[in-house]
Amino acid sequence: MKESGQDISQTFSIAPPDEASGKKLGVRTPYLGLFFLGLFFFMVIFADLISPYDPYASDLSKGTLPPFWEKGGSAAHLLGTDFLGRDQLSRIIHGSRMSLIVSLGCIAIYGTIGVILGLISGFVGGRTDMIIMRLTDIWQSVPGLIVILLLVSVIGPSAKTVIISIGIAGWPGYARIVRGECLSLKQRDFVRLAKVAGCSNIRIMASHIFPNTINTLLVLTTMDIAGIIVLSATLSFLGLGTQPPSCDWGLMLAEGRQYITYAWWLVTFPGVAIAITVIGFNLTGDWLREILDPKQVLR
Amino acid sequence: MASRKDILLEVKNLKTSFFTKKGVIKAVDDVSFTVKKGEVIGLVGESGSGKSVTSLSIMRLVPQPAGKIVSGEIIFNNENLLNKSETEMRELRGNNISMILQDPMVSLNQLLTVGYQIGETFKHHGKADGNLLDKCINVLKKVRVPSPETRVNNYPFQFSGGMCQRVLIGTGIANNPELLIADEPTTALDVTIQAQILQLMKDLRNETNASIILITHDLATIAQICTKVYVMYGGRIVEKAPIKDFYKNPQHPYSEGLIKSVPVLGKRVKRLFAIEGQPPNLLHPPPGCRFEPRCTKAKKVCSQKYPPEIELKKDHQVSCWLYG
Amino acid sequence: MKVFLLKRLGFAVFTMFFVVTIVFFLFRSGEADPAAIMLPPDATPRDMEILTKNFGLDKPLPIQYLNFLKNALRGDFGKSFRYNEPAAKVLFERFPASIQLGVTAFFFSAILGLSIGVLSAVRRDGWIDRFGRVLALGGMSIPAFWLGVMLMLLFSVNLGWLPVAGRGEGGLDTLRHMILPVICLSGYPIALITRISRSSMIDALKSDYVVMARIKGVPEPYVNIIHAFKNASITLITIMVPMATVMLLGSVVIETIFSWPGIGRLVVESTFARDYPVVQVFILLITFLITSAYIVADILYALVDQRIRFQ
Ligand SMILES: Nc1ncnc2c1ncn2[C@@H]1O[C@H](COP(=O)(O)OP(=O)(O)OP(=O)(O)O)[C@@H](O)[C@H]1O
Ligand code: SF4
Ligand SMILES: [Mg+2]
Repeated sequence: MKESGQDISQTFSIAPPDEASGKKLGVRTPYLGLFFLGLFFFMVIFADLISPYDPYASDLSKGTLPPFWEKGGSAAHLLGTDFLGRDQLSRIIHGSRMSLIVSLGCIAIYGTIGVILGLISGFVGGRTDMIIMRLTDIWQSVPGLIVILLLVSVIGPSAKTVIISIGIAGWPGYARIVRGECLSLKQRDFVRLAKVAGCSNIRIMASHIFPNTINTLLVLTTMDIAGIIVLSATLSFLGLGTQPPSCDWGLMLAEGRQYITYAWWLVTFPGVAIAITVIGFNLTGDWLREILDPKQVLR
Repeated sequence: MASRKDILLEVKNLKTSFFTKKGVIKAVDDVSFTVKKGEVIGLVGESGSGKSVTSLSIMRLVPQPAGKIVSGEIIFNNENLLNKSETEMRELRGNNISMILQDPMVSLNQLLTVGYQIGETFKHHGKADGNLLDKCINVLKKVRVPSPETRVNNYPFQFSGGMCQRVLIGTGIANNPELLIADEPTTALDVTIQAQILQLMKDLRNETNASIILITHDLATIAQICTKVYVMYGGRIVEKAPIKDFYKNPQHPYSEGLIKSVPVLGKRVKRLFAIEGQPPNLLHPPPGCRFEPRCTKAKKVCSQKYPPEIELKKDHQVSCWLYG
Repeated sequence: MKVFLLKRLGFAVFTMFFVVTIVFFLFRSGEADPAAIMLPPDATPRDMEILTKNFGLDKPLPIQYLNFLKNALRGDFGKSFRYNEPAAKVLFERFPASIQLGVTAFFFSAILGLSIGVLSAVRRDGWIDRFGRVLALGGMSIPAFWLGVMLMLLFSVNLGWLPVAGRGEGGLDTLRHMILPVICLSGYPIALITRISRSSMIDALKSDYVVMARIKGVPEPYVNIIHAFKNASITLITIMVPMATVMLLGSVVIETIFSWPGIGRLVVESTFARDYPVVQVFILLITFLITSAYIVADILYALVDQRIRFQ
């Protein structure tokens, strides 16, 4: 933090930025992020068409083949095979579906709980608001991990457990943000008018307030999906989530870990798939936040 | 003409723009004016006309990263401030040039004591010798903050808006600057305090021959202490006039509107300048005279070319096609 | 302020109680029989009966609950089914290892995250800012367990520079064992701290009191630290204090990958083994730490921001 030099360009510059390159003025489109996201959804939609093999078909005679460019690899299995001889590329492609199902399932559950509680809390106000916010406080002091551990030990590990437990754990964020939006929307003229016009509270919430929180929810959901993909993969990796023989990136990593010393590809590619997908969602989420600019979402 | 020696500040063709997502906002567009030693200039104009950006440009503190001084010269004591290094500027700020920001409540850091924030002006200009605390208490005394010995250790949130304003003014004049820019220093205050604060500024001028640029919406304030009035509209100065001429004989149609909209004597109204129409959009300003869409005397040429500045008589200039 | 803290305390106690109750009934609703877990397969029904009695599992649920509460208040959380030792003892024996990792990782991420975030805000779009943005994106997007596996593959398996797993035998060896786990554990916190410190510093630097400080001729380092960072620290307290407590508890994932003998791993094992008492104590511990973290955060707020004291 020197005084001169760099600081001049910081606080003062006599030259205008290049006006011709309009790019600097606008928000940069996250081409990389959108591309990753496109790739992900392409895999999800066309999984059956594009995967070269049945992801569950094992062939022990072809166990742990390396990817095609390594010695011993072949173009028949581009990313190699796992210990049961299952084609890794096909399993990764199909794994995208599991990621999407789990994250959408979680969001569906906690989004619904969060949005409803947030709307009620913000709209009704008073005691109801206080009680709901207290509940939110309590819920936030309980780390999500606990809920997951609890449920896993009670109902056993499975994709369903992951969806339910993250669904139960995740709603406070949504509730808070929807409540904040609701509070500011409540002051706006169109809501007041609707009230004067005699619309019922439920109707006002459903058709006047909720639609106006969509931007915020879109940003929040995009960012949250990224988080859930990481979390659910982590749970699968620990054996607390999806169970074999499912195609799940976290599970594939867990299975591959035993062969880390001689089959590096088994611990590498599923992780790359996770990272790429999550980067896609994060970059897109950042971009949506820039252009939609919801006030309640913490940067 | 005034001799060079008398001139403290000369702004020449200043252009300051904001480069935003939506486009380039030319907040200050080719502004030139001078301030002589000991002069009190009133800078008036409606909201968004670029008064604050002009003053921040003089301080070289245009909001970053969007704002840039695009071109021009700001000559202070015969030196162009735009050629100075950041270190040199820092030494001038708070010492030779000082400014009081518009909104007193948010201009003070809520997490630091008032005393600390006053003391900074001394400390960072090597004037903290002796007892810094006494100096801060003196500042508070000067602006008539009651019981300064205890107040010096208070936090801004324990002060009322008027008290915060006094603290800011005290800080601004603490080092007896040669130039004080006061951005609407009296808006938040009631009439008696307003008078006291104007008196403070007069004292500063009389004691140290400082120059003051007073930005305000309140023409009555200007009448009390200013020697000259500069009228800003849409990022430009449209009229510069000695105080008497301005009131008796405003030349620019916009200035006329201003004077007419002054409420009846004695009755204070929050919103002045009730002239029909909207202020210009600085993203896409009108090609000719900025005031043309609202001007009742507009001619054909007005919408095509910006009027040149005409000198009507000594110290009285106006930019309007009625005179060109 | 005192009243406020007392309220907070009351809230913390209430939260604990709430969690304890839910946990108790959830566990008792599971179908697994702890006796079956503990005894060898060839145990007689009589053995089972004795055991069930010993653990008080034969009494009706409400009585079990009251007993549990009573014992819990005395610090007795029952015996681990697996180790046949007090659950709290089992857990606390593993605590130091987790703390060792957590505290190191927290300071590592705080120092790195804060410096990158603050410098990014001070010199926006400079190279630190660019680097910081990539780092934050990576930290948010790359799962810690995969980072762990990849680092292990590179540094332990292929290069052989660092040990694969375990806690080491003290001194330099322990340090070597800590490098990879600490890096993995810090990934997400660094990203979060970088992001939040950057954005809250940018907000602070935009404010009028910062302009005012510059108008007074305050040098940039003072502006940044005394004016801007002090204000930014309010947001930082909000996220960093709970973060610190969670990190203190070690990481389930990292400890599992690197076979670090902390409570995170213990809990996963206990979850699989349905060793409820241990999981229960863990949950209580985590809830306790987090609720206390909120109180600590409140005290810190009051230290930074005098407004709170006067409310
Ligand atoms: N940080 C900024 N970013 C973008 N545009 C800005 C910024 N600050 C000011 N402007 C633009 O500059 C123009 C002039 O603003 P300025 O604050 O100088 O007006 P003003 O005359 O001081 O008004 P007021 O009487 O309300 O204080 C405004 O129209 C505004 O759009
Ligand atoms: S130049 Fe024309 S439009 Fe502008 S103020 Fe003068 S008369 Fe009106
Ligand atoms: Mg202004």
